Amino acid sequence: MAQIAVATPRPPLWATSRRLGGQFRRGSTLPILAILAALVVVWFAGAVWLNAPRTIEGFERAELDWTARDLVAATWSMDRPVLPTPAQVFADLWENTVERSVTSRRSLVFHAWVTFSSTVLGFLLGSALGVLIASGMVHVRTLDRSLMPWVIASQAVPILAIAPMIVVVLGNLGLTGVVPKAIISAYLSFFPVTIGMVKGLRSPDPLQLDLMRTYSADRRQTFRMLRWPASVDFLFPSLKVAIALALVGAIVGELPTGAQAGLGARLLTGSYFGQTVQLWSALVMCALLAMVCILLVSLAERLVHAARGGRP
Amino acid sequence: MDALRSTDPRRTEPPAPSHHGLTDEDVPHPAVAAHDLSLVFQAGDGPVTALADIDLSIARHDFVSLIGPSGCGKTTLLRVIADLAQPTAGTLLVDGGTPEQARRDRAYGYVFQSPALYPWRNVRRNVELPLEIMGLPKSDRQRRAADALKTVGLDGFERKFPWQLSGGMQQRVSIARAMGFEPDLLLMDEPFGALDEITRDNLNLHLHGLWQQSRLTVIFVTHSIPEAVFLSTHIVVMSPRPGRIVEVIDCDLPRERTLAIRETPEFLAIAQRVREGLHAGRSYEGPEAA
Ligand SMILES: Nc1ncnc2c1ncn2[C@@H]1O[C@H](COP(=O)(O)OP(=O)(O)O)[C@@H](O)[C@H]1O
Ligand SMILES: [Mg+2]
Repeated sequence: MAQIAVATPRPPLWATSRRLGGQFRRGSTLPILAILAALVVVWFAGAVWLNAPRTIEGFERAELDWTARDLVAATWSMDRPVLPTPAQVFADLWENTVERSVTSRRSLVFHAWVTFSSTVLGFLLGSALGVLIASGMVHVRTLDRSLMPWVIASQAVPILAIAPMIVVVLGNLGLTGVVPKAIISAYLSFFPVTIGMVKGLRSPDPLQLDLMRTYSADRRQTFRMLRWPASVDFLFPSLKVAIALALVGAIVGELPTGAQAGLGARLLTGSYFGQTVQLWSALVMCALLAMVCILLVSLAERLVHAARGGRP
Repeated sequence: MDALRSTDPRRTEPPAPSHHGLTDEDVPHPAVAAHDLSLVFQAGDGPVTALADIDLSIARHDFVSLIGPSGCGKTTLLRVIADLAQPTAGTLLVDGGTPEQARRDRAYGYVFQSPALYPWRNVRRNVELPLEIMGLPKSDRQRRAADALKTVGLDGFERKFPWQLSGGMQQRVSIARAMGFEPDLLLMDEPFGALDEITRDNLNLHLHGLWQQSRLTVIFVTHSIPEAVFLSTHIVVMSPRPGRIVEVIDCDLPRERTLAIRETPEFLAIAQRVREGLHAGRSYEGPEAA
């Protein structure tokens, strides 16, 4: 018998990090850096443009002579600029992450952690709910018909409108802190998981289902050994959307409460007191946190993919 | 030994009772007994008669091939026996009971036309799938999977995933999966149809050896006349529109067979009869289809 095994050794997990290295070799790094540099330049220029009116006003009020150089220097170092420069934002970030103890109330790491914890809790709740609803819809015909319109309608309601209600109602029930925020996150993140999983749980082809039938497998076994594993390829893309939405939910949940902690609270106080630098560094922190969240899901995806044979 | 009989559908005499012609004393009933079996699909553009008046009795330990042009209902017949499709008329007994009972008792293993392996399971875990469903303890499962893989010549490939195997190897995994739980009946739907001739010859030899060792009952769908003659004890020739049995040809070559047997006059004579049967099926297709 011709035993032609395509014995490609499975690349070890750490090898996936080579992809980043691969980008350098393929020369895609240079364009990325060039675009980044262009953005920074535009940002600095924009700071001059947007901050100039108020700076000039200040110069004139103080009856100073000023040159273009003075103007640029002043627009780049305002206390409460309309648009802070990247340097100011970076300095603020540096000060409030690296130089500050993480237990400090002013540490952005602390605030990011608060937001992150309710994001993850809400994400887990929402994903579990999404899987549950999808399983129900796949197995019970009446649920399939009756539930989907509600699932879709739930997402048509603007989250900004219901977030305060959820926070207030749960607050009256004695639930404060991380739970109301997590519930808002769950409310947003169950949706993509439901949609993805309905498709995923229905993805086994008739032959794969017939095979289960020849073994007279019951529904639970068919679910555990066929539908669920078949849906994994649909699950992870949904989870990436879900965790990004969970983060949005957590931040929105921190806005209406006058919460003292979390990136949402920093955004709110920043805008309330006109602390634009703080506002922007909190925004950058939100973006970084989003990247961390997506990366975590991607990492989980790679681990699962490797355990499932790692087909390239 | 006339363990398998079929009444010509054109004949008017009532079909023999399913137990007739049984020779094996300690076996109370045939592996499969069909009587006046019909199946009509309600397709969008009107009814399609996939099976018409099938009368067939298959004794235990027989190797029966179903041969016929595509669309003559071979797959449908296999699916009805496996309780994957329901006949619209007639009776069918599998192992003396209803097909559903046989399915619930896990009396048969089904090998589909494509390997139908689960891509997220490695070879061993694919073979273990039915054993897992039957609730066998892990050590048992592993031992049986290892045995089954050895019988199809795939020991050492336990940890490979389906995508790492050639098509022939994948099909052997699916045969190991169907045999791992030791069913009495093996239903195979063109299992080697997509393979090259060399691989096919090898698998034919292999399957013949397996059948001889285990004394399974095998119902085997094929398009290939030499394959059918080489493997079978009986060959059921079918014709399309409506799908019916034209002829059952006994294939009384010695049970011990090597590929060289294909050059013998006896082999060629049976192959010629099968070919004529297929032609006969075609010739009365005309008026039926009109
Ligand atoms: N699910 C179905 N619905 C409608 N018609 C079908 C279905 N399955 C098979 N048929 C029809 O029944 C006939 C027999 O099909 P099949 O058993 O697959 O033939 P074979 O396996 O011999 O090629 C064909 O005409 C086919 O079109
Ligand atoms: Mg077929």
